[in-house]
Amino acid sequence: MIEISSLNKSFGKVCVLEGISLSIDKSGVFAILGPNGSGKTTLIKCILGMVIPQGGTIKINEQPVRKQWYYRKHINYLPQIARFPDNLKVAELIRMITNLRNQKANDKELIRLFKLEPFLDKKLGNLSGGTKQKVNLVLTFMFDNPILILDEPTTGLDPVSLIHLKELIKKEKESGKTILITTHIMDFVEAMADEVVFLLEGNIYFEGTVKSLKEHGGKSNLEEAIATILTQQNV
Amino acid sequence: MFKILQYSFYDLIRSRWSYVYFLFYLVLGLALLFLNNSVSKSVITLMNIIIVLTPMIGTIFGVMYFYSSREFTELLLAQPIKRTTIFIGQYLGVSLSLSLSLVLGLGIPFTIYGLWQSSELANFGLLLASGTFLTFIFVAISANIALLNENRIKGFGYAILIWLFLAVIYDGLFLISLVVFEDYPLDKLALVATALNPIDLSRILILLKLDISALLGYTGAVFQKFFGTNAGMIVSFFILLVWTLIPTLFIRRIAVKKDF
Repeated sequence: MIEISSLNKSFGKVCVLEGISLSIDKSGVFAILGPNGSGKTTLIKCILGMVIPQGGTIKINEQPVRKQWYYRKHINYLPQIARFPDNLKVAELIRMITNLRNQKANDKELIRLFKLEPFLDKKLGNLSGGTKQKVNLVLTFMFDNPILILDEPTTGLDPVSLIHLKELIKKEKESGKTILITTHIMDFVEAMADEVVFLLEGNIYFEGTVKSLKEHGGKSNLEEAIATILTQQNV
Repeated sequence: MFKILQYSFYDLIRSRWSYVYFLFYLVLGLALLFLNNSVSKSVITLMNIIIVLTPMIGTIFGVMYFYSSREFTELLLAQPIKRTTIFIGQYLGVSLSLSLSLVLGLGIPFTIYGLWQSSELANFGLLLASGTFLTFIFVAISANIALLNENRIKGFGYAILIWLFLAVIYDGLFLISLVVFEDYPLDKLALVATALNPIDLSRILILLKLDISALLGYTGAVFQKFFGTNAGMIVSFFILLVWTLIPTLFIRRIAVKKDF
């Protein structure tokens, strides 16, 4: 489904991705982990074509994505920081994205789930960070597409919404979708992820199941295992 | 493309500034007609205002819009839409809504005053056409600047500088060069220098159409010979079109390469 080979990206002198190769050809939840600045978001943005890599190729469903745009129809993307046009109302934004994508959306159900009804007529600029993130989640999950890319989905969510989010991800996983998640919350990774991709300084340091990552770090707790790996690497 | 254009257009139409801009022209048009009590005199006064103001408003709105719509752009980039469509759509949305404020803001008072029965219709049309061209040109230039500079203050500064250069400094340099090289034949140089600045080109175009070129002296005669004819008019519009197309193509080029 997603095939990345020797992907390179640098911003000026800072090399963010140094020849990353990664192949995801099955459904399930894939967690992309790594310390701050390890290139997680850049990798995701390369897949979406928002950041243009200097070298390497990315293929989605066997098709190279460079200079293409139609493939994004199959991807639902949740950006890291929920930033929306301030003077739009929530309902208008949802309508606009539905109209632009020209796809069937089950926004009603999600709005009910995250209790967003009172905010539908409010302008996005006046919403709190957590509420914006809920709107962000509605926009991401309202379309039925085979690939989901979630960049730090848990940011700013209250415990109830977090539980809803986990349920949503589980449901999508069960329906056979490929879900890419970046996060720093290790409990979330342990609960959700089938496989882990660990990025370190622009390279893939580790790729495998959560269990084998724990074994690799020599700890029973994922957080500690990762901390051990990072201290060994002097990062 | 049309959907993006539509959203950008409505986004601006709903913002307060677009109304302020529209009302400004409305009041200006009414005041001028009331004070001059003649369509042709009002058109001459308006020319001086439009030639300077439309590029300035285009510059400021263009930069402001492209910086403040960054969130919107990022949202759109993750959707199945072509990159160039997003940026060209936004550009056209801004330019069209500004042009609409201009055309309606001035069109309404002049229509009420009886423009359609007067002999000034063509001149007035030329005035609005140049104002629209200048809006498109300067929105495109400022869109380029906003896309190239992440730093808003810098971008704003550059955009204003370009406007200041083309609207004021260019004329100064032009005049100085005419004085310094007085002893040489300068009509060709003057013609080329005028064509290279869209503001000057529009000004000369309107002045000549208004038949007050006698004010311009000998050079005026040369200009009249070139711009006054239909061919000159077509060439001038062609140059304005080129002035619009080049920065638009640059928007496309930048849009394809930029990281978000």
